[in-house]
Amino acid sequence: MEILVCAKRVPDTSENEIELNSAGNDIERDELVYSVNEPDNYAVEEALQIVDRAGGHVTVVTVGGDEDEEILRREMAMGAHHGVLISDDAFSGSDGRGIAAILKAFVQTGHYDLILTGVQADDGCAQVGGMLAAMLDYPFASLVTSIEVLEGRKLKIGREIEGGSKEINAIDLPCVLSIQTGINEPRYVGMRGIRQVASVPIPTLGVPELGVDPETVGEAAAKVTRLDYFVPPAGRGAEMLQGSREETIDKLMDLLKAKGGLN
Amino acid sequence: MARIFAYIVHKGGVADDSAAELPVAAAKVDAAQPPTAIVTGWGADLDAVCDTLRATYAEVWKIAKEPLAYPNAELVRKALVSVLPQKSILLVPHAHFGVDLSPGLSIRMDASYVPDVMEIEGVDGTSLKLVRQEFGGQVSTHVRCDISAGAVINIRPGAFRPQEVASAGGQVVDKSGEVGNLTSRRRYLETIAAEAGDVDISKQQVLVSIGRGIQEQENIAIAEELAEALGAAVSCSRPVVDAKWLDKSRQVGSSGQTVRPKVYLACGISGSFQHLAGIKGNPFLVAINKNPKAPIFRVADVGVVADILEFLPELTTRVREERCVSGSERRRP
Repeated sequence: MEILVCAKRVPDTSENEIELNSAGNDIERDELVYSVNEPDNYAVEEALQIVDRAGGHVTVVTVGGDEDEEILRREMAMGAHHGVLISDDAFSGSDGRGIAAILKAFVQTGHYDLILTGVQADDGCAQVGGMLAAMLDYPFASLVTSIEVLEGRKLKIGREIEGGSKEINAIDLPCVLSIQTGINEPRYVGMRGIRQVASVPIPTLGVPELGVDPETVGEAAAKVTRLDYFVPPAGRGAEMLQGSREETIDKLMDLLKAKGGLN
Repeated sequence: MARIFAYIVHKGGVADDSAAELPVAAAKVDAAQPPTAIVTGWGADLDAVCDTLRATYAEVWKIAKEPLAYPNAELVRKALVSVLPQKSILLVPHAHFGVDLSPGLSIRMDASYVPDVMEIEGVDGTSLKLVRQEFGGQVSTHVRCDISAGAVINIRPGAFRPQEVASAGGQVVDKSGEVGNLTSRRRYLETIAAEAGDVDISKQQVLVSIGRGIQEQENIAIAEELAEALGAAVSCSRPVVDAKWLDKSRQVGSSGQTVRPKVYLACGISGSFQHLAGIKGNPFLVAINKNPKAPIFRVADVGVVADILEFLPELTTRVREERCVSGSERRRP
């Protein structure tokens, strides 16, 4: 099976506190640690496990700039066979629909049976997978927490729905699935693994290679635009317990006793 | 202004809470125009939902088709594309079904899409100004959305408070005839209910709930010790289950359990809306987090800025001392 995984480099929220910059129009990006979007990592792991069972190859693609190559190498160190960077000045400022249109053009340069995305990026909208599927006229399923390959170019998939329940579907290939975290345990990538793929060439594709109409992508074509970042007023907000650790625990103990916290 | 529709999620003949919230959101797009409900399904359940919606909506569009008996987003999308007028604005609740339906629907409608909208600031010409959150609620953002060709807007459940209104006395319009044969390359097979765990967290009075801040599997014991001292149970947020450190049955949130404790200690939990959606009954909410800007502090009753790996063991010690003291007091003649 030929599997394409669409990945994205994002600020790592487990490593950073996200704060506003001094101008108040963006998040403070100077000291941010970036990494591959966490659900995308699960998508790559799932692709690798499917290929282990059913044969085939895993390609990881991202739309961005030179700095995004590092996440492709990371996913290749996990075992992905190919990495592709899609980068062109004409693509910058694209909205989700623009990104999906760019990926559609890339998908049509190859033959992929299965396309995976992470369920959502921390700075994203959980939208590109579903849009890409509609543009390609492929079936789509979101929030996927299990995949079983069936005979006859079909998958049996589980989707996470409310209350911990799981919705089971059969879906025909080719299709697009958005992968939920927890579907597997992504393998560890050490420095040695990264070094091994450090010199593997990663092709960079742009407008000429993909044949995308520049009028349909990029900032000018975006129908949805982020205007700013802000921190909303705290509203009611918590009463913050201050003082030494001992004082804090004293106050908390009194509150817990009063509210029935000590059963 | 284009016509505004509200997609109604329902189950077992009962409309989801969002059915009462979407008209509030719709009024912020265009106060002059009451939205039209659009409901897909089959049989008596569908009829029952349409009937109750007449109280909230002046017009209810019903699409009754046997393949829509289960809401398979692939089929619902086709049905909606058949009936929605060009340039419509469709509001959809942003839960698992909306995430499945809407991105692809916006492409089919050639419309804009904005998910998980918390506030609507109004229309300026052909653009709609909306508020969303990013990075798990750590920051918010204003988004401008071009609605000249229509839009699909996914609305966060609970963000728009329903208002008491006099019954709309609405009429049900059967649109089933406008929808052709519905087939899909994705077929619903069955729903598997959540497995019961060793502890039913939905019945606990006090929960010690842990999140990403617990950092390592070995540290779970710290929370278990506090829970034991308090007479509580340990629950968690999604990252702890993803890491396989606790069972899915311990997860609080929209994709996990709904809990109704008296006291909820959120320890190292940032407070995403998916997690908060699982906490009901307005418990006394204590948040302990080393990030003073964690969104959980916006909704907690009491907050402590501390590393839970240091704070929880100290709290456990104090709770145990308290037990000893009150125990010996009770034994006194």
